[in-house]
Amino acid sequence: MLPLSTTRRGLLASGAAFGAAALTAGAPAIIRPAQAQALAPTDSMRGGANNYRPGAPIVQRIGNGGFWMSGTVRRAGDGAPLPGVRIQIWAHTTEGYETDAQSHGATLSDANGVFRLEMPQIIPAFGQAHGHLAYDDAAFKTVFLRPVMQSSRDKSLKADFVLQPA
Amino acid sequence: MARMRAALIWAVVTGSIVVSFAAAATSPLLAWRGPVYVVAGFAGVLSLALVLLQPLLAAGYLSGLSIGRGRQVHRWFGAALVAAIIIHVAGLWLTSPPDVVDALLFDSPTPFSAWGVVAMWAAFAAALLAALRRPLRIRPRLFRLGHTVLVVLVVLGGVVHALLIDGTMESVSKLVLCALVVTATAVALFNLRAWTVLTRRKRQDLLP
Repeated sequence: MLPLSTTRRGLLASGAAFGAAALTAGAPAIIRPAQAQALAPTDSMRGGANNYRPGAPIVQRIGNGGFWMSGTVRRAGDGAPLPGVRIQIWAHTTEGYETDAQSHGATLSDANGVFRLEMPQIIPAFGQAHGHLAYDDAAFKTVFLRPVMQSSRDKSLKADFVLQPA
Repeated sequence: MARMRAALIWAVVTGSIVVSFAAAATSPLLAWRGPVYVVAGFAGVLSLALVLLQPLLAAGYLSGLSIGRGRQVHRWFGAALVAAIIIHVAGLWLTSPPDVVDALLFDSPTPFSAWGVVAMWAAFAAALLAALRRPLRIRPRLFRLGHTVLVVLVVLGGVVHALLIDGTMESVSKLVLCALVVTATAVALFNLRAWTVLTRRKRQDLLP
């Protein structure tokens, strides 16, 4: 596994991934279920809720697409995938500002707890190429994420949710 | 030799500022920004350019301007810097209010925001100190110490703020402009013996 990325964030991420892989590979099999039991809920990120629009509609695609936002939704504790969970996604893209209604759209996680929504290309805004995702329904505690792209030329971005009961 | 040095300073300073503006004007990001956001960005570039000119004017490094005339222009440019910063922040606030509120409250996810806000308040304070110098009869020593400390914060905060941002400025021209800002400020403070206020003060404190 060679670190293909040449950016600072990329190198750090692959270094961390390598370390984590080495640690888990070396751990006795018996402690793994215990680790899964302790799957911690995702904390909201700073600035994650900025320009959120409650009740943005579920859409097939935001605008004309060309960029993919994806991720997983799991339950805190046992890590079970959560299907049918509504995730809102928005960003400053080639088609609009974060504040524009048409920059927002929601999607549902599938049976495996995976969600994927096509949207216009995210471009750097306020000094950083980043996206926003929100879980904000009744069953679990609200979580706002604000992942940052390794490179502003990336064509996709991932963010995972681990939710805890409200 | 002196004339060549003077011409070189003018050429490097105007060149770096013109190239920075020209490179930012061709940024692909501009295509996806409205006029308010574009103006806010360029007000930031202008602020950095003014921060480069300020030490050169204060220390009289721009030939053709007498030191008195240079100081006069330094005061105007100080006021212009305050105005440019206000336009920068106001334009960003209109573009995305919550991001600017986070920045001003030092609660932003982006580290460069805090550096920018520190530089902003330091610039306002440096300008206020200059404006109140005569009305309040602030002693020269106190003014010099205060203005020096504040402008060092402006330069440090402003340069780190600019360098960490992925925005309309092109990275090489931005790096060159920032290096010139730091160099010009350091050389001017060194030549003006800005620190002597501290050493003199110490000696005075030792007296009974």
